[in-house]
Amino acid sequence: MIELNDVHKSFGRVEVLKGITASVEKGEVVCIIGPSGSGKSTILRCINGLESYDRGEISVEGLKVDRDAPSIVNIRTQVSMVFQRFNLFPHRTALENVVEGPLYVKKESRAQAFDRGRALLAQVGLAEKADAHPPQLSGGQQQRVAIARALAMQPKAILFDEPTSALDPELVGDVLGVMRKLADDGMTMVVVTHEMGFARDVADRVLFIDGGVIVEQGPARALLNQPQHPRTQDFLRRVLHPL
Amino acid sequence: MKGFWRDAVEFFPILLNGVALTIIVTIGSLLLSTVLGLVWAMMRVSGIKALSMLSASLINVIRGIPIIVLLFYLYFVMPDLGVTLSALQAAILGLGIAYSAYQAENFRAGIEAIDKGQIEAAQSIGMGWWLTMRRVVLPQAVRIVLPPYGNVMIMMLKDSSQASTITVAELALQGKLIASSTFKNTSVFTLVALMYLTMSIPLILLVRHFEKRAGKR
Repeated sequence: MIELNDVHKSFGRVEVLKGITASVEKGEVVCIIGPSGSGKSTILRCINGLESYDRGEISVEGLKVDRDAPSIVNIRTQVSMVFQRFNLFPHRTALENVVEGPLYVKKESRAQAFDRGRALLAQVGLAEKADAHPPQLSGGQQQRVAIARALAMQPKAILFDEPTSALDPELVGDVLGVMRKLADDGMTMVVVTHEMGFARDVADRVLFIDGGVIVEQGPARALLNQPQHPRTQDFLRRVLHPL
Repeated sequence: MKGFWRDAVEFFPILLNGVALTIIVTIGSLLLSTVLGLVWAMMRVSGIKALSMLSASLINVIRGIPIIVLLFYLYFVMPDLGVTLSALQAAILGLGIAYSAYQAENFRAGIEAIDKGQIEAAQSIGMGWWLTMRRVVLPQAVRIVLPPYGNVMIMMLKDSSQASTITVAELALQGKLIASSTFKNTSVFTLVALMYLTMSIPLILLVRHFEKRAGKR
């Protein structure tokens, strides 16, 4: 449902994506791993038009991603995003964060939006925090609200941009647990992550990106257990055995 | 001192007429400057180059002209161009335009202080520019903008005295008229100063309240 065909992208004179070709099928969980600065996040941000790309083509369900075209709103309501730093709206409660999109973008009725909003907060284990403001919540709780906010749009896919990188280690598990449940329920997910355990256990496929190109890709377990490319081997060795 | 109290009782009611006009000029130009300032600020952050440049030049032109000259222009020159304004209208319009430049810069600073992640989060749930402004950016910018906005209110209250230069009989002019006909300069201008101060104090307290609230988060 998400197709990238020879996507190039430069920031100034630095080319961060040097021809990315990949696709994500419906119901698939794809993890993108790689060193920082390799272009992983940029790929995600190009898919929902937070960044423009210079060459090539990205499409979602056959619709070309063009951040300057009106159709981008259509794509963004179908492909939600979860950010590294949560980016919850601090002036609104957890529940208000979740219903914001359904109410104001999709123009759902208040009753319907709030009912589903409460159900989604319950789904991420935060039913009792509906009226809390983001600053009163822990990082892990904020990220779960952010996932509920993404789900509230009833998206066809969710992009996760290093969703656990800003969390204290003991809070990572809660967020990964919620994501694993989503995967089990058949949600299409593209996850940029450093959590190799999650990638191995939950992802269908893993892409290893370095220097703006896909160095290696394949079934999660195979790629992570027996990487073929020396750069992948080197990266995984350093991530899994940092000392 | 005794003389002052006697004068105060005598002149206070006349000066109150001036206070009424001072308040009308202040509130009128505050509203106008807020609306215009918001428009300039929105143009500035619209991301459309022509609008942003137009707004930047407007702000600079307005900032570069003294308020008093702006008032003279509106009151004495506009009639030559076929637009006749009452002194009160010209005062409100002039002060409103003059202050819109400062309001705009204040609003823009508030808008630009909002974390980029907030805008991306809004975009990622499909919000367009205007919805992002209305639901995400402006409500958060208000907290940042309010303390300086309160200061502008205080400055406008005092600068409303410039309307006296185009014959608006607000507090300062009312005082001057009484003083020049009674020669009781000390009593009259002390009274005038105290009356401005009395009007400023609630505003000063309001600013302090805004600052406390903004500091909370």
